[in-house]
Amino acid sequence: MIFPVDALLLIPAIAIPILALVSNYRLGAALNVIASGASLAAGIALLFSERTRSDLIIVDDFNIYLITLTTLVGFTTSIFSASSIGHEIETGRLTPAFLRFYHAMYQALLGAMNVALLANNIGLMWVGVEVATLSTVMMVGIYRTPEAIEAAWKYFILGSVGIALAFFGTVLVYLAAQDLLGEGLPAMAWDLLVKGASRFDPRLLSLAFVFLLVGYGTKIGLAPFHAWLPDAHAEGPTPISAVLSGLLLNVALYALLRFKMVLAANPETLDVGAIMITLGIVSLVFAAFMLYRRRDIKRLFAYSSIEHMGIAVCAFGIGGPLANFAGLMQMTAHSLTKSAIFFAVGHIAQVKGTQRIADMGGLSVTHPVLAVGFGLGVIAIAGLPPFAVFTSEFTLLSSTFARMPVLAVLLMLGILVSFGALLLRLHDIVFGDPKGPTGPVKASYGPLFLHLALVFLMGIWLPDPLVRWFRSVATLLG
Amino acid sequence: MGSLGFDIAHLLSGGMLVLSLLLLYQVRILAVIRVFALQAVVLALSVAWQAYLQNAPHLMVTAAIALVVKGLIIPFALERIVRRLDIHREVETVIGAGAIMLTGLALVALSILLLQPGEGSVLTREDLAFALAVILLGLLMMITRTNAVTQIVGFMSLENGLVLAATGSRGMPLVVEISVAFSILIAFVVFGIFVFRIRERFDTVDVGAIDRFRGERREHL
Repeated sequence: MIFPVDALLLIPAIAIPILALVSNYRLGAALNVIASGASLAAGIALLFSERTRSDLIIVDDFNIYLITLTTLVGFTTSIFSASSIGHEIETGRLTPAFLRFYHAMYQALLGAMNVALLANNIGLMWVGVEVATLSTVMMVGIYRTPEAIEAAWKYFILGSVGIALAFFGTVLVYLAAQDLLGEGLPAMAWDLLVKGASRFDPRLLSLAFVFLLVGYGTKIGLAPFHAWLPDAHAEGPTPISAVLSGLLLNVALYALLRFKMVLAANPETLDVGAIMITLGIVSLVFAAFMLYRRRDIKRLFAYSSIEHMGIAVCAFGIGGPLANFAGLMQMTAHSLTKSAIFFAVGHIAQVKGTQRIADMGGLSVTHPVLAVGFGLGVIAIAGLPPFAVFTSEFTLLSSTFARMPVLAVLLMLGILVSFGALLLRLHDIVFGDPKGPTGPVKASYGPLFLHLALVFLMGIWLPDPLVRWFRSVATLLG
Repeated sequence: MGSLGFDIAHLLSGGMLVLSLLLLYQVRILAVIRVFALQAVVLALSVAWQAYLQNAPHLMVTAAIALVVKGLIIPFALERIVRRLDIHREVETVIGAGAIMLTGLALVALSILLLQPGEGSVLTREDLAFALAVILLGLLMMITRTNAVTQIVGFMSLENGLVLAATGSRGMPLVVEISVAFSILIAFVVFGIFVFRIRERFDTVDVGAIDRFRGERREHL
């Protein structure tokens, strides 16, 4: 059955023009929720449909759960966005005309991510990532403050250079494949690439991977190429920070991993793992230390995203069934937890009227429910049990200690340093003397606690099909 | 395909590379825009020649887009912006012309070393070396310029290299050509909006001026 796939691509395509035309912002927000909900339904239906492939589209164990995750977070974020959007109008930061644009772009982003995830054609995958990047650039700059414009400009320049390099890498992969698979679509189909990779020119593949790593690595936010990430998270609307961290980073990592699988099928190519481990560790340790000096709450969690993507990239670099399993788990857990944190941060920034950590304090006194949600989120992201991030980090550490003890020490260092920073800030924000306004939260807690519940559930019990998918993908990743 | 076919393809790609090097050290902003327009025209010729060589008429669409959009419309629009903002005199580069040319030459050497003609068809690999050199030089230009308009030109020159790479690879599916053309269009729209927004907020397109507004300012000021 091919129906859910079509739906995943058609729903955003239909929603974009409608949302761009609806002038009532409340109706627009409601339609956005409905469209995202329909995508989620299609995503869940996909879980029960058959695996398919064509030269353009593929549904396999790897992307099937990522699509469900993406549509789920897209749906919950649209609820969060709809419930907090009135505030933006009240404070005059956005006008209804901009909200129309915002909703249309939101669907464009979700649609582009679906394209990137579903694509079997590596060119189509690139188009998906590119469109997703461009739509988020527009949204990061939407407040039009000097800071927002600087952030969007930086994001745009770094993002498009990254995307351009990734495209060159894609062309190189096509060239490597074209001699054997013939001209045209088959030479860009990922599953055929993996099958034929052992006979491709290894030097060309290695060169291609360097470009792809730098290109998609920029989008993942790996350390030397991360400069856009904190700015883009801090200056854009909070729902966008949530989908950026929770989804777009994952999609870029997914694209990189698809190419890693191609290289893994050819033993004569360069050692991809070592490069990925280095980049991952550098990102992790660098971001962990950067966490201490953050004064802006969204910037703080943006650096925490760099840190967690570093852990995931490192895990995939180490390779082997166990580390790959941990990496896949880390992607899922981080996505759910970080978007939950951004929901909480959005509520906090809204009631306190600022993003400066120094101006918020005593949250447990002024907003007890919010403080609990935020506290649980930070504890989960810091890697404490019983949440899922703990499970993935523990699996990774225990498997690494057995194989590469020195590396495990470095990983441990990064995780502990960031743990300290996060708990320090958690203490500042939740406890201490109450500061700032104490007005009630005018938004729904639903998405926040739903995500926390899922992360908790994943931490104590993984459903069987999920374990099976993770295992089969972990084997494929090599 | 005779050897004349190879030679003309190389001549055109080489022409693009020379124009990339020319772009690096131009100091006047209007000169930058004109050299870029010329590069786009050469790109269009190169793509059209590839269309003839590979017997792939759909590449003509890409050539036409390169000629009309990047060779005419964008340079014209940029020139208008530049004149209206009254910034058409001098552009500063971060490092001197000598140093930047040496760096540029090193990058060209690097791309030739990386994509030495090995096994496989010679034409594609050498074309690819030219394309990679154009891409790297575009990157270098973006790094060394401080002005938003010249950074845009650097990026578009980089995209010229991408189109050269994509069209030089035999039989690359149409999806990609559409996507490249598409991305150029979107990129221009985005860029245009940004230039206007930057103008609106700062009364300058010098990126150095935006840098003052870092998110993480010192709090005690």
